[in-house]
Amino acid sequence: MTAVLRTGPVSLRVVPRVAVVSAVLLLAVLAVGVASLMTGDIELTASEVIASLVGHGDRASDFIVLRLRLPRVLCALFVGAALAASGAILQSLTRNPLGSPEFIGMTNGAATGAICVMFFLQGSMMMIAAGAFVGGVVTTVVVYLLAMKRGVQGFRLVLVGIGVSFILVAVNHFLITRASIYEALQAQAWLVGGLNLRTWGHVTTAGVGLAVLLPVAVSLGRRLALLEMGDQAAQGLGVNVERSRFFLLGTSVGLASVATAAAGPISFVALAAPQLARKLTRSAGPGVFAAALMGAVLLMASDLLLQRVFSVQLPVGIVTGAVGGVYLAWLLAHEWRKGIAR
Amino acid sequence: MTRLRGENLTLAYDERTVASTLDVSVPDGSFTVIVGPNACGKSTLLKALARMLKPTEGTVYLDGAAIASYRSKEVARRLGLLPQTSISPNGITVGELVARGRYPHQKLFRQWSPEDEAVVAESMRKTGVDDLTDRLVDELSGGQRQRVWLAMVLAQQTSILLLDEPTTFLDIAHQHEVLDLCADLHEDGAHTLVAVLHDLNQACRYATHLIVMKPGEGIAAEGDPVRIMTAELVEDAFGLPCRVVDDPETGTPLIVPLKRQR
Ligand SMILES: Nc1ncnc2c1ncn2[C@@H]1O[C@H](COP(=O)(O)OP(=O)(O)O)[C@@H](O)[C@H]1O
Ligand SMILES: [Mg+2]
Repeated sequence: MTAVLRTGPVSLRVVPRVAVVSAVLLLAVLAVGVASLMTGDIELTASEVIASLVGHGDRASDFIVLRLRLPRVLCALFVGAALAASGAILQSLTRNPLGSPEFIGMTNGAATGAICVMFFLQGSMMMIAAGAFVGGVVTTVVVYLLAMKRGVQGFRLVLVGIGVSFILVAVNHFLITRASIYEALQAQAWLVGGLNLRTWGHVTTAGVGLAVLLPVAVSLGRRLALLEMGDQAAQGLGVNVERSRFFLLGTSVGLASVATAAAGPISFVALAAPQLARKLTRSAGPGVFAAALMGAVLLMASDLLLQRVFSVQLPVGIVTGAVGGVYLAWLLAHEWRKGIAR
Repeated sequence: MTRLRGENLTLAYDERTVASTLDVSVPDGSFTVIVGPNACGKSTLLKALARMLKPTEGTVYLDGAAIASYRSKEVARRLGLLPQTSISPNGITVGELVARGRYPHQKLFRQWSPEDEAVVAESMRKTGVDDLTDRLVDELSGGQRQRVWLAMVLAQQTSILLLDEPTTFLDIAHQHEVLDLCADLHEDGAHTLVAVLHDLNQACRYATHLIVMKPGEGIAAEGDPVRIMTAELVEDAFGLPCRVVDDPETGTPLIVPLKRQR
């Protein structure tokens, strides 16, 4: 079932179900966003929030909405979307539901980069973000080179990534045990991943990254779909396999690193959002855009849940981590049973 | 000068050389069949002809220019390939899979033209899968699935088609069905076909040009199957003692292995 949108020489293929799901997810983003802006020590009403957003609010609610809460909400939106898009690309490239940035080593590499900046350079927030970005990119390049053997096979990438991840976790722990108490606490807080105390600086980091990389990811989406049919079939259809894979991987690392730079390593979103989006759209392609929306909803909703249920400021990484653990167990059991049944 | 040919090819994976100093040319408008024992490099040759494997030496020419000098999509508009193995993505329908064959003709902002629509419908009709449009590819039988993939390659509308073992995993009736389809394409005059087959008798029956490969030596013989197919050639290339008789149905060579010696 596809519909075609045509104006003059432009024609776009649209699957109605995907369009509907995307629209619903977009509405969910808006609804959860407004609900989050209402939530906090001082409760606001929806109309107060909306008034502030469109520039007709009073000074008190302007301050609360625009200064205190909006950066956090936008950060959740951008980070969730970036992580999910990154995961969607990676899962499709590796043809493996476990192919997500946290398993390829990107996330732990970003953490190593951030910790190094904290400990050795005593860097500012922006420098830590830059360190995370560099760490993620370097780790991915290393994993890619290690996994390369006449081009890269998805499964090997996942296996090598898991190995490198374990090494990096050990490195991170080692660095923390050698640090002062203050530095260790700072690193620990960053490692859990969170949206507390986000500033417009974080929002800009994530927002600009997403604005540049998401359109790239979506426009590469068609090639990504063809790559799922095997390298030869894709190449037969005119996809430059190695180059496309390189750009797609680069886009995926970029998205994951930007997200990690802005909010620390947040697990589960990149893993689960693309799968959930696929289930909802029932589409055969990777569906990067729908996945991104799903990621935004997931992270924003987790953060809202956290604020509503616990009055203390817990990092959102704890919620996504806990839910993600359960999801991962289910996924593995499911794959395993499927394997047995075959 | 033929449209597709390779000159002085050395084909290798890393250090392992599969064939060297190979000259091969595919006669225009032919139904060329490649046969040879397992692992002698048939798929490798096909990959090189389709630019999926870069020869370590020598050049493949397509329409007079080195194939490496074309853009990927341009190659895909001239030459289609049905790989030996491919993966149907989970949850894809027959219609969607066949539609992907139009990719080399599309652009980011011109994803679906009325022509695309017509070509996809025509390809599905030719391969007899038009009544399967909304079925999931995963849920088809092997023969149906093979025809769906063939429809996808046809939708590419290339005048040269490379098919790697299109009949494997099919029962004998479906094998002939696929081969008849290839013969039809060949007879309509617009296509040059190159297929790797395992069954020598089918190869002799359908091929207008036969290429026999031998491990380590590249091409042992090529030409009209009626002219080149002899017992010595089969014994030489496959190590199988046999007699070659006339196929009572078509008059083409029929290979009959000798009785086991005690
Ligand atoms: N991707 C590959 N990497 C390394 N060696 C390969 C690869 N593909 C094929 N080979 C080797 O090259 C030789 C020829 O293989 P192939 O062309 O697939 O043979 P066939 O004639 O059966 O199609 C075999 O020895 C095979 O093991
Ligand atoms: Mg083969």
